[in-house]
Formats: sequence, structure tokens, C-alpha cells
Amino acid sequence: MNIHEYQAKALLKGFGMPVLDGRVVRSPDEALLAARALGGPVVVVKAQIHAGGRGAGHFTDDPGGKGGVRLARTPDDAQEAATAMLDSTLVTRQTGPAGRVVRRLYIEAGCEIARELYLSLLVDRATGRIVVVASQDGGMAIEDVAAATPERILKEAIDPATGLSDYQSRTLAARLDLHGPSIRAFTTVLRAAYEAFVALDAAIVEINPLVVTGSGDLVALDAKMSFDDNALFRHPELEELRDENEEDPREREAARHGLAYVGLDGTIGCMVNGAGLAMATMDIIKMEGEEPANFLDVGGGASRERVAAAFRIVLSDQKVRGILVNIFGGIMRCDIIAEAIIAASRETGLSVPLVVRLAGTNVEQGEDILSRSGLKIIPASDLGDAARKIVAAVRAEGDA
Amino acid sequence: MSILVHSDTRVLTQGFTGAQGTFHSEQALAYGTKLVGGVTPGRGGETHLGLPVFDTVAQACAATRVDASVIYVPPAGAADAILEAIAARVPLIVCITEGIPVLDMVRVQQVLHRSESLLIGPNCPGIITPGECKIGIMPGAIHRPGKVGIVSRSGTLTYEAVAQTTAVGLGQSTCVGIGGDPVKGLDFIDVLDRFLADPETDSIIMIGEIGGTSEIEAAALIRDSGTKKPVVGFIAGATAPPGRRMGHAGAVITGGHETAAAKIEALRDAGIHVSASPALLGRTLLDVLTGRA
Repeated sequence: MNIHEYQAKALLKGFGMPVLDGRVVRSPDEALLAARALGGPVVVVKAQIHAGGRGAGHFTDDPGGKGGVRLARTPDDAQEAATAMLDSTLVTRQTGPAGRVVRRLYIEAGCEIARELYLSLLVDRATGRIVVVASQDGGMAIEDVAAATPERILKEAIDPATGLSDYQSRTLAARLDLHGPSIRAFTTVLRAAYEAFVALDAAIVEINPLVVTGSGDLVALDAKMSFDDNALFRHPELEELRDENEEDPREREAARHGLAYVGLDGTIGCMVNGAGLAMATMDIIKMEGEEPANFLDVGGGASRERVAAAFRIVLSDQKVRGILVNIFGGIMRCDIIAEAIIAASRETGLSVPLVVRLAGTNVEQGEDILSRSGLKIIPASDLGDAARKIVAAVRAEGDA
Repeated sequence: MSILVHSDTRVLTQGFTGAQGTFHSEQALAYGTKLVGGVTPGRGGETHLGLPVFDTVAQACAATRVDASVIYVPPAGAADAILEAIAARVPLIVCITEGIPVLDMVRVQQVLHRSESLLIGPNCPGIITPGECKIGIMPGAIHRPGKVGIVSRSGTLTYEAVAQTTAVGLGQSTCVGIGGDPVKGLDFIDVLDRFLADPETDSIIMIGEIGGTSEIEAAALIRDSGTKKPVVGFIAGATAPPGRRMGHAGAVITGGHETAAAKIEALRDAGIHVSASPALLGRTLLDVLTGRA
């Protein structure tokens, strides 16, 4: 689960992270009031969307204009910037060409910048530990730094038995060329990030840039946090931070039914059990010359209700021109799956070609039930056969 | 023959009396697995499926020899169940549970590394040596004793490989589902090492997916081993967009070397026969074995 910058900063501040004063607003009038309250020679108006690269992005109604992070020297300027940004669509390198509608802004105090560093924490698969990633090249995408100058990326793994030790922070600070009071300040920053990471079961904490001011203080100028979905059960308070406008409604509906769904750009809807087989099914559709419309894993216990929900979600995508169901029943009985497919087809008034491949326990009974249903279901004998048949069926419909 | 489990492996079920534990223990017994009992805290002293129930893994291990345990405990308690099995010095721990918090597994892994126990999973179908021992949720009937070793991050894609090798007349020595989580027990290299050393495994199928780099390390292991055993590979997720988690917690591309294309290239460079299609795993291996590829 992802959250907004202002939410991440509020959480991190609770763990001792130095952040600037700021207000979240949803209208130009609120922006005016927030800028007045913050005072100072300058405030920053920042679009709140779940994607990075906002400053370098552009709005679809003003392609040549300013991006999603703007300086305002007066409250009136802030109001004007807010008017331009709110309800407009911001496109960044992370949003894709469709962009995201800006519904909230963060009005933040300005700050003097001497240097920009990069800092993040995440779980490293190779070591099975939380690892700190830091660089002197803050303010740019870390992937670009990693590609161009990998030697400028520092990493420090944390032993879960001892947790983060301050000497690790000081060592990193020295390698980041920090001096004097900045070394202690960095220790505070890293401790806050680490403690928030562990306490909240984060998937990533990223501070980019971490600013060094002229007086040697450190400030988290931007902050990104996302959380381990598997651990949300023990953090019910985080649910309140969810912004449903930032989530694909189909993915949200799927999650509600215990289904894993990812929307894609193709025309062939997929319903598969198991994540690996679901990806392989997408791959083989592409090999046969069409594109998958989605990833969908119905999981192990594909009940009638879940199959029906899966059908509804796949069919709610207007691009879908055919559906491929690929179930390796395993222990799950194919006759029960067949009945669920028939019930779901009737309930949703299926109007596109449907190819069903069943394998596993009671496969003969399952296929028999499908063929006697009177529905136009095209049976397939294996994965390759299924992909060829759905591609042929979709193309035949297209020609008709 | 086989790796890790065989006809004499004595198995304990953790989360024995729950719906999942009960169902899959019945299936294991029907398959012929030597199940010695199970653990459900608070139910010690009872009998379930004709076998003893223990309150703790330690009690079970004191009462009888346990070679392996299988965990069907729900996500919130699964990491604790793994730690309990490690503390009781169970040699092989198979965790089926999907949805364990990553930081729980971070803690487990540090303890695991300092122990003698091996862990398979979590979020996996388990391990089976056909005709001898089935630990996990895979359908026993599609397997057939033979000489193909199968290792995979995906459950149902493992079943594909099994069904396809059975269909072309080959069988399996042992099939290991290492699971779809980012932090886990045995990885490709650990299982491949054992397949390479196993005299009864003549060929190998490895099935990877996007995310992480363990397939690339596996490719290096195969290349450096100089093995004569044919290895067929497949990587799922060539059509998966970067940055999106594809069902498995570990199936997400966060860097260029985690893509299907990068892994396929690494496998090919190591002399692994990469099957272009997930429907041709069995056929590709048969062609290699019969000298047609």
C-alpha cells in the first residue's frame, strides 16, 4: 500500500524525522490560507499523487508549462498555483501517459539548500535484511545514479538481532562527506527512518532529497513510504491513509474478494489459479500474437463466488474481447470449478468468446459439465491449445 | 531416488487440526507419507486422523523421531511456527502459508542461518518425491517416479512441468516448490546443488519468474558446475510491467536485471535450454534427452 508524501512526513515526524512545516489542502482558498499561515519569503506547492518525478512532470492541459512542484513567493501566488494544479492531470515518468488527477496539494515552508543527499531503506532479498541505501547524488532518480555511477551508491545492511547501530549511521555519514553537527543530525534521520520502517512494516522508506542546509541541519524535503500488504493486518491505523482515488477500482474490488488483479493494456482477459501460471498464461497469449488484458490469480480455493467476482472484474474492462480461463485444479476439483464458471457466465451474461482449460482432479467430469451447459464455451486440452484457441476466437469475432 | 525427502521421512504437521492441516494431512496419508502426528496448541493428548496431537513441536520431537515438519498455520502465526520448529531442531521445515509479513521472515532467516534446519518456503506448494513422500498441497496423482528434478518459485507452474514430463513418459525424482516470497528458505542454488549431486536425478527443470536475481545466481551455478545433466528453464513474466507486483510478493521488477529477458539471457549463457513456451517444458526436455535439440 502506498501513501502520499504529506502522510509519510507526518508518520516519520512521529519517529523524530526533521521535516518542514506544511499543510495539506484541497482547494485554492485553503492554499491561500495555508501559505499565509506558514509565512516566510517562499512556500512550495506540491501535487500529492502516488508517483515520483512530480517536479519534472507536466499537466495535460498545459504541456509546456510548469510541473507538479512550484515555488510561490506570496500567498496569492500559492492560490494561483493551486488553481492551476487541482483537478488537472499530472504526467510524470512514473505515472504513464494517462497521468494522475491531482486532488490534494501540500503547501510546505521553503528551505535553504546547500546539498541534496539520497536515503532509503528496503528489504534486500539476497541478504534477507533491511538495507540502507544512501548517495551524495540526491534529488535525482536513484535508478539513474545506479546505472551511471554505481560507485556513488552506498549500502549498509542491518542485523535484525541488534537493529540499527549508531556507528553504522556515523560511518555512512562520513562516507556521505558530512561533517560537524551534520553527522549527529544524520544519525537522528536514519534512526527515525529505521524505527518507522520496523514499527510500521514498511516496504520502502525513501527520502529524496535529504537536504543539508547552510547551517548543517538535515531536512527530509521529500518522503515516500509504502507498506507490506501482508502486514497490514497488524496496522489497522494505516488503512485510514489509503487514498482510493490513487488505486485502480478493479484492483481494489479484486482485493476485496481475495483475488490478485493487475490491469494491462491488451484485449484478452485471463483468469488463472496461481501467480506463476497466471504470468505464464499472459506470456503465451503474447507468443500467439495478442496481448493480455490483465493478470488475475484466483488463488487456491476458487469458489463459485470468487469465480463470479473474477468474471465481473475481467469483463468490467471495456477492452476485453475474449476470456481465457486456465485452471490447474490440482487438489481443487475440476467439476466444482466448471460449475462455478457456468454460474458466473450466466450471471454476468457473458458476450465474448470464452476458452476454458481445466487440468487436475476430476477433469473429465468438469469438461463434461462445460459441454452440457449449452453455453458457448470453447474447451482446450492444454496451455498451448488454450492460447491458440482464444486468439483465433477473438480474431474471428473481429473479422465478423 | 531423490533429494531431501524419501520413503522413510517422518513428518509432523504444524496446524494439524485446522481445515487446511486436516485436509492436506489426509491427502498425505493417502499418498503414503509417513505422518507421525501433528501440533495444535491446547489440543495435546487428543487423537486426530488416528494420529497423536501435541501441544508443542518439542513435545512431538521428544515422543517420536521427526525428520520434517509442514506448516499450515495462518500468516500471523506462521513465522512463530517456523521458529518453534527451528528451536526443536527439526531438520527440514516446509512452510506452505502464504501472506507472512516480510519482516517476520527477516527475523526468521537470521535464526535459520545459525541453525542446522533447512526451510522450504514459505508461500510454496511443498516438496514431493513421487511414490515415496508428499509434503504439501500438490496433487499427488499427476506425479510419476522418474529422474527429472524440478524446482520452481510457482506452485501451479510446477504442476504444469510435472504433468508435462509425466505426459511425455518421463517421471520426477523430486519436485521442490521454493515459493514466491522475497525472503525465503532454500533458493534455486541450494536445490540445484542437491540435484546435481543426486545420482538418481538425470535432468533438471527450473522455473523462475520476474523479480530478484536468484535465477541469475542459479545460472552461474549451473555454468560453473560443468554438469552434463541437461537443464531446461522457463521464466514467467515476460509480459509483466515493471514496478507492479504480480500476485507473488516477490514477483515485481525493481531493476533491469530482474526482468524475464535478463534472466532468460543468463540461463541461455549458462547452457540451459530455455523453453520458449510454458506449454513446451516436457517436450523441450524430451527433445534434449533424445538428442533432437
